[in-house]
Amino acid sequence: MANKISRVPVREQDPKLRATNFDEVSFGYNREEAMLEASRCLNCKKPACMTACPVSVKIPFFIQKVAEGDFKEAARIISIDSSLPAVCGRVCPQESQCEGSCVLGVKGEPVAIGKLERYVADWSRENGVKFTDKAPANGVKIAVAGSGPAGLACASDLAKMGYDVTIFEGLHKAGGVLEYGIPEFRLPKEKVVAAEVANVKALGVKIETNVVVGRTVTVDELFDQEGFKAVFIAQGAGFPKFMNIPGENLNGVVSANEFLTRNNLMQAYKADSQTPIYVGESVCVVGGGNVAMDAARTALRLGAKSVKIVYRRTEKELPARAEEVHHAKEEGVEFCFLTNPVEVTADDKGWVKGLKCEKMQLGEADASGRRSPEPTGEFIEIETNTVIMSLGTVPNPLIAATTPGLERNRKGGIDATDDGVTSRKGVFAGGDAVTGAATVILAMGAGRKAAKTIDEYIKSLK
Amino acid sequence: MYKILRKEFLNPITCLMEVEAPRVARAAKPGQFLIVRATSDGERVPLTVCDYDRDKGTVTIVIQIIGASSRIICSLEEGSCMADVVGPLGQPSEFTHQSIEQIKGERYIFIAGGLGVAPVYPQAKYLHDLGAKVDIIIGAKNSELLILKEEMAAVCDNLYICTDDGSAGEKGLVTEMLAKLVEGGEKYTQAIAIGPMIMMKFVTLTAKKYDLPLVVSLNTLMVDGTGMCGACRVTIGGKTKFACVDGPEFDAYLVDFDEAMRRQGMYRTQESERDHKCKIGIGK
Repeated sequence: MANKISRVPVREQDPKLRATNFDEVSFGYNREEAMLEASRCLNCKKPACMTACPVSVKIPFFIQKVAEGDFKEAARIISIDSSLPAVCGRVCPQESQCEGSCVLGVKGEPVAIGKLERYVADWSRENGVKFTDKAPANGVKIAVAGSGPAGLACASDLAKMGYDVTIFEGLHKAGGVLEYGIPEFRLPKEKVVAAEVANVKALGVKIETNVVVGRTVTVDELFDQEGFKAVFIAQGAGFPKFMNIPGENLNGVVSANEFLTRNNLMQAYKADSQTPIYVGESVCVVGGGNVAMDAARTALRLGAKSVKIVYRRTEKELPARAEEVHHAKEEGVEFCFLTNPVEVTADDKGWVKGLKCEKMQLGEADASGRRSPEPTGEFIEIETNTVIMSLGTVPNPLIAATTPGLERNRKGGIDATDDGVTSRKGVFAGGDAVTGAATVILAMGAGRKAAKTIDEYIKSLK
Repeated sequence: MYKILRKEFLNPITCLMEVEAPRVARAAKPGQFLIVRATSDGERVPLTVCDYDRDKGTVTIVIQIIGASSRIICSLEEGSCMADVVGPLGQPSEFTHQSIEQIKGERYIFIAGGLGVAPVYPQAKYLHDLGAKVDIIIGAKNSELLILKEEMAAVCDNLYICTDDGSAGEKGLVTEMLAKLVEGGEKYTQAIAIGPMIMMKFVTLTAKKYDLPLVVSLNTLMVDGTGMCGACRVTIGGKTKFACVDGPEFDAYLVDFDEAMRRQGMYRTQESERDHKCKIGIGK
């Protein structure tokens, strides 16, 4: 029977080698591997994987087509629900979504849905397959602020419905966190991100870069002067958090956002880049999320001899995906658990010399079920030249501050319902701009829901 | 997009450019800045807005050649295009929120050092146009590095010039000029200093002697300029602020200038190395 085959492993770059380059870690499946892995799918009558997918990709249907070798049809099925399959196949937390719900996972290994999605998306890009079916143009202008996952997903759904969509991006390149945040070795920029953005454009979506909505143009001006009938706010959660401990403004302390933006968007890792980046011999990354793993692995690749993740809880509580933690360890990143920074210490020139930390212990579980770290009174100092603060991000307050009538929620994001409705008529919001930092796929899901809401709103105006 | 309509060298190391950027021109206010990239692989360089023409859809920027990126920007020819111009960024000057009556009641003194003349210009122009009393002190190393003299003279009541070597105006520092004016009986109610960090630090010390309210504009390192990276962190009144979104203008008496100067130098070693060789030894 099909399910007797064990999960087909994916080939990866050797850890020692890849820790010295920015090429993609995972090679992905080839045709034979993809078809073999697809043959493991039981094609359940009530596919739990689909329900667990935030954008409801018709997973068993596309997998059946992969098993048959009909990759074009598989790609068409995915394209109905996802505008960024090559991205999602690489960075979605499948283990807690589609693959986490796969029946095969109960007793054995779930179908490698993410790797199959990636294979199909890569195949269609390499074979020049594009799906640009859409409803006739209706001439209604919709503005989208932000070209990250939420904005792209919302824009492509609206374009398919016939809307005239313009995305305004604050940076010089479209893609949002896919460009500035996630490193090349997890998500290739030209090959994958630029190609998927091009697919969104192929649907007729216009992207205007270098427009910071809230500064370059306000939401009110988009309505009153530029004729947009609705605005979707998807500016993400770009504001980095710091710890507010002594020494945090020393030279050599950077936010993960700065470190990664210099490296990814500005391509500081390339010898001919104009943008500088600093990484000392030893690096401490404070935090335990995916961004912390990205920063640590980037520091290694930039030549740091020692890279440590400093995290105040234990390995079990790490918010990063298991795969990222595993990859980081393989590449030589060290982990200092139950260690909480209390001060960054300086040399006589104001550069980082060390990170003073308090050892922690786990106390009782809090309301969220996570056991809280408690101080022990024991202190250590880790010698380091660079400290990268990766403590998460909060929504940028800019749009809310410059748009009258737009309420903010307790997290500092824009107050919006699950369907994207805000306190202001005609203004919708979704993704990290509402929830605070989450995942690419949740932001895409929010973008899709908002597209549906916006369509209903526009129709209600007539 | 972002076509350079006019280019003029104000002196051998300082270049003025009028660039097509209609959206920025429409939204720009005194005190704000923009970010340019000369080429599609260029660095994001924050620059102050020297002037804007909403009808023509242009902004005027002034760049001094201090490193690789500014040299590339200044090498772009009239008629060619910049890869990117984004803005306006940061908070407009506090006085843009004030009423004409309030502004007319003030007596402003601007202290502009070196390239700081460029951002002072739109502020002085704005206030002068509204009928405020505006005096300006310009400081420069020597007469050759003195820029926009006529333009500045046209937007103020009194223009005072001082140079380090006395080759133009009075020989001396802007702080000495400020002290002289105040002690000579000039009753300023608001001072604004823009220039090198070290100049702003010393202007702050001088202004403090006379209890003169002072605002400074901090030209920190930046990457995105929209609050994302935090490279522009400055300590204001003991609290960390982002110059790009909370500033660039702050109450001078709250600024930790020593930290700000140290932080400006964070990438200096790499930047000076970059002028002749590979930056960080990777990709060997």
